[in-house]
Amino acid sequence: MSDLTRMTATEIASLVAGGETSAVEVTQAHLDRIAAVDDRVHAFLHVDTDGALAAARAVDERRAAGEELGPLAGVPVAVKDVLATRGVPTTVGSKILEGWRPPYDATIVQRLREAGTVMLGKTNMDEFAMGSSTEYSAYGPTHNPWDLSRIPGGSGGGSAAALAAYEAPLAIGSDTGGSIRQPGAVTGTVGAKPTYGGTSRYGLVAFSSSLDTPGPCARNVLDAALLHQVIGGHDPRDSTSIPQPVPDVVAAAKLGATGDLTGVRLGIVSEFVGEGAEPGVMAAFRESVDALTKMGAEVVEVSCPTFAYALPAYYLIAPSECSSNLARFDGVRFGLRVGDDGNRSLEEVMSLTREAGFGPEVKRRIMIGTYALSSGYYDAYYGQAQKVRTLITRDFTAAFERVDALISPTTPSVAFSMGARTADPYQMYLADLYTIPTNLYGGPGISVPCGLSEGLPVGLQVMAPTMADDRMYRVAAALESAVGTFTPPAL
Amino acid sequence: MAAISREEVAHLARLSRLAVTEEELDMFAGQLDVILQAVAQVGEVAAADIPPTSHSVPLTNVFREDVVTPCLTPEEALSGAPDAEDQRFRVPRILTEDVAS
Repeated sequence: MSDLTRMTATEIASLVAGGETSAVEVTQAHLDRIAAVDDRVHAFLHVDTDGALAAARAVDERRAAGEELGPLAGVPVAVKDVLATRGVPTTVGSKILEGWRPPYDATIVQRLREAGTVMLGKTNMDEFAMGSSTEYSAYGPTHNPWDLSRIPGGSGGGSAAALAAYEAPLAIGSDTGGSIRQPGAVTGTVGAKPTYGGTSRYGLVAFSSSLDTPGPCARNVLDAALLHQVIGGHDPRDSTSIPQPVPDVVAAAKLGATGDLTGVRLGIVSEFVGEGAEPGVMAAFRESVDALTKMGAEVVEVSCPTFAYALPAYYLIAPSECSSNLARFDGVRFGLRVGDDGNRSLEEVMSLTREAGFGPEVKRRIMIGTYALSSGYYDAYYGQAQKVRTLITRDFTAAFERVDALISPTTPSVAFSMGARTADPYQMYLADLYTIPTNLYGGPGISVPCGLSEGLPVGLQVMAPTMADDRMYRVAAALESAVGTFTPPAL
Repeated sequence: MAAISREEVAHLARLSRLAVTEEELDMFAGQLDVILQAVAQVGEVAAADIPPTSHSVPLTNVFREDVVTPCLTPEEALSGAPDAEDQRFRVPRILTEDVAS
């Protein structure tokens, strides 16, 4: 049999269902690959070897008993360490949760288990999902499999790198300002941010609750759609979960793969194709636009003037919500406690615990949020940012009256070198320039590989109206059928 | 002009319950100043009569039926706690013996 780690999730599921290979064999092949390459990539914070093999055996037993298996049964999946996994360490890339083994599963993890997927382990991330390079992980950075001296994007660099390094065929990420799409773009993989509320946040360690959206990562669009279908849908345990069925993203991906976009209207966001992007990124984007046009899409430019203010609005709203959410890390209910010598007060122990447990970026954001929410600055900062959010939403709504979906490059640049932006936090923020508007609006967005620039992957982003996730899968799959997938050099 | 002073950052750290070091204060003061000056751009947008958006989906209170469903045992709920006693989270002292001046 050819290398199981090079196969798509669809192929693996089909071989397992047909008895041509076993889930255990598939899982072992991926565990072997992790053992061979992850000391260089560092995509994983924890590999759950025993749990994975046990889950794989259960799938094989169900098949042997003649049970009907789901479309992803027996397929390994890597889970970003932001999701609670029962009995399996969950750190959010932070020292403050080192050693925590949650007593429950996130809804998404539970759905992955019920679908018969095999969780290989937990992937590396910027601490509390705050970052764009995975360099802010408290456990050391992840390396981009395309060039180990470069960043794999962030915050979900571990999930994206695991895919690009063939350590897993599927992965879960979470996207607050681009943390699924930007790593997808710079690793040549597919990353989809569902409509906010389309995937459950129950068991997702909260960063910015009005923006956080878990979603699928894969090496091709159809696999991402299959994973989206498995994890998506209403969850009564998440009060912002949308009580509607998931749009048929799998059918849309299959439709797109036929390469016909006749009647589809696409809008290029004018503000995102100016001088901000690297020439190589723009060249790949322009070639992709030509490919989309050849497949029948009608492509126009659409101006969304308030998108220019999305980045500053985001870096007020997200830190404000973070400063509130992270108050729960008080050294009492879970995780680290520092300085409890019997003499110090609760408040002193809390301050010492948070000082020791949080890294610099998390501290910066907590303090920015505290500032933006303080009485003297609330109106000028947080209040104003919320009004800008309204205007950004209006820009999206107006654009979707003219076109079915918006497109742009996913990121202004290809993967940058490690260390290049860590000394200048605001430079790091600029990596999310094109992905953030979608989060503020709440709609879905996907990054699909669209070409190479100087040998490094470039991603194209498709943004769709809320609860029209199927549209972006159709466009992404069509583009994939034209430009193909991209394979990094051998590790 | 700086958007924020070192003293203000020290105050923010106290409010945020972060026992930051002097070295960190030096670093954060410069970085937060750059960030706050950049995000202040939101003020350029004319939005006086625009309603704020806190959430992208309309939020209504969601209630479940008042019935008992399976939940964590006390042991499970306390399993991650740094310190526990008698099925409770044990905390450092919360009151000072002599009243603070």
